[in-house]
Amino acid sequence: MTNPNGRFGIHGGQYIPETLMNAVIELEAAYNHYKNDPEFNRELTALLNDYAGRPSRLYYAEKMTKDLGGAKIYLKREDLNHTGAHKINNVLGQALLAKKMGKTRLIAETGAGQHGVATATAAALMGMECVVFMGEEDTIRQALNVYRMRLLGAEVIPVKSGTGTLKDAVSEAMREWTSRISDTHYCLGSVMGPHPFPTIVRDFQAVISKEIKEQIMEKEGRLPDAVLACVGGGSNAIGSFYHFIEDPSVKLIGCEAAGRGIDTFDTAATINTGRLGIFHGMKSYFCQDQYGQIAPVYSISAGLDYPGIGPEHAHLYDIGRAEYVPVTDDEAVCAFEYLAKTEGIIPAIESAHAVAHAMKIAPAMRPDQIVVITISGRGDKDCAAIARYRGEDIHE
Amino acid sequence: MSNIKSAFEHGKAFIAFITCGDPDLETTAAAIRAAVENGASLIELGIPFSDPTAEGPVIQGANLRALNGGVTTDKIFAFVRELRRDVTVPMVFMTYANVVFSYDSERFISTCRDIGIDGLILPDLPYEEKEEFLPLCHKYGVDLISLIAPTSENRIAMIAKEAEGFLYIVSSLGVTGTRSEIKTDLASIVDVVRQNTDIPCAIGFGISTPDQAHQMAAISDGAIVGSAIIKILEKYGKDAPKYVGEYVKNMTEKL
Repeated sequence: MTNPNGRFGIHGGQYIPETLMNAVIELEAAYNHYKNDPEFNRELTALLNDYAGRPSRLYYAEKMTKDLGGAKIYLKREDLNHTGAHKINNVLGQALLAKKMGKTRLIAETGAGQHGVATATAAALMGMECVVFMGEEDTIRQALNVYRMRLLGAEVIPVKSGTGTLKDAVSEAMREWTSRISDTHYCLGSVMGPHPFPTIVRDFQAVISKEIKEQIMEKEGRLPDAVLACVGGGSNAIGSFYHFIEDPSVKLIGCEAAGRGIDTFDTAATINTGRLGIFHGMKSYFCQDQYGQIAPVYSISAGLDYPGIGPEHAHLYDIGRAEYVPVTDDEAVCAFEYLAKTEGIIPAIESAHAVAHAMKIAPAMRPDQIVVITISGRGDKDCAAIARYRGEDIHE
Repeated sequence: MSNIKSAFEHGKAFIAFITCGDPDLETTAAAIRAAVENGASLIELGIPFSDPTAEGPVIQGANLRALNGGVTTDKIFAFVRELRRDVTVPMVFMTYANVVFSYDSERFISTCRDIGIDGLILPDLPYEEKEEFLPLCHKYGVDLISLIAPTSENRIAMIAKEAEGFLYIVSSLGVTGTRSEIKTDLASIVDVVRQNTDIPCAIGFGISTPDQAHQMAAISDGAIVGSAIIKILEKYGKDAPKYVGEYVKNMTEKL
């Protein structure tokens, strides 16, 4: 739970320029007002159900379960949402909130492009202007999503500074917000940044675990033994964990992008390789050098290629409530291919990190145990990149 | 209590910002001496950070050049110790919270005192988070400089009342960088500041010409110039110090 000062244990806070302070104070006040407003909640539920296609399915992966020969495996199908990922849950909430606040323009950062596409979609739906910042490197890795955003009427600005990836897109969106606050809402895509963003995004994503709980009770009459989700900033993971935090029998496992391995510099596994720091508005764990310079992280997955982790995850790790495991590029790619062949489901390469870890632990579990894996997004966007990873010369 | 107020005791203050190690520390030292000889009364020393979120492209570039040149916090501490043999004007560090925090806040701030650094400017440390470093700053007599922005409005009095050293008034929305025009009603911000504190206030962000510096200093106690100086360093590299000196001379003459 969030403390009144926006802290999760020692993590979180509001380490941002003074220029933005009144903007986040205004946002917090508006959020606290609307989150309990019946009309706001009615509108949001209608959007989530009728427009985004919620509730998403909890699917029993029978073939995978039999093949792995251990725990019963369920997939939470966030990939079936409109726009193809869990990102839409948060975006519809924030866009509606921004609209109520009188904002006419949304800005956003994006890594894989899923959050950018979701923001562009909500902006189109609600008649708002939209500008998306995307690392130049990522605009190349995810060219199709760049086109989708433009098709939806958004302006996509390739960010050349730094490493040209997600962290630089966040920095540039923050810079843009400091220069234009009055009509602009920064629609942050993950459970990170300054308070109140980690709380707002978590609340809008918590629908995932709320549904998992109801669905598993209906199907199995009991809680799962483990819930797995991939973690970059950590929005689909916190959404998948949230309603199970108070259920100690449910293991919560976040799967970090280890890239080429946590013993190399080519990794983005923050909990496994980072240390405590202050960056992008929050105190949390970050991949950094001895002088606090943020490390140029790496993962095959543009959506997990971030040097930090949301403050609530950092806290869940500190208190031992959740564990965070590293999954390499290779393992994720194998899981991507495995799920496609076994269940006919092509997961986002981000989500494939969670599938990969389930493949490691499920065989050692008993058949009466239950594992839920959140498939945070669909993998169409990744097909060309994975084909290239396997040495096939495919271009979109 | 630091030495900062002495920078404001001889008329309007000209505050020069220079990123340490851009392109190397020898050039930084020569540029600082040139600025001081030509009338700069306080020096803001930038410790580069990989991801300077409050900076525009010009200072981002300086941070990158300095880091690529291999400068580190330890090298900068040694450099300041050396510089303090002859440079007596107040000097403050301008960097980001993580640079201080990751070094070990107490080790960083106590070193500041040891080497003669008077204050700290951390653009990502607003009023709400200053307790992160303030107790240590008090312990070692290093002023934690507060910033006020065009959007501060109802926060100005609260910030000014507890401000130390000098108050840094941000002239415009957005990040650092030169601007052709500054539109914020700074005089009314300064009015509120004056009602709440006796410490000096200086205006920065966007100032590049002698006329702008004069106008800003006229309504406050001084002008802060960063990007315009960094542009000279970017253009002339190791030969920049004499041009920095000429530039500061032009600026201070009209102040």
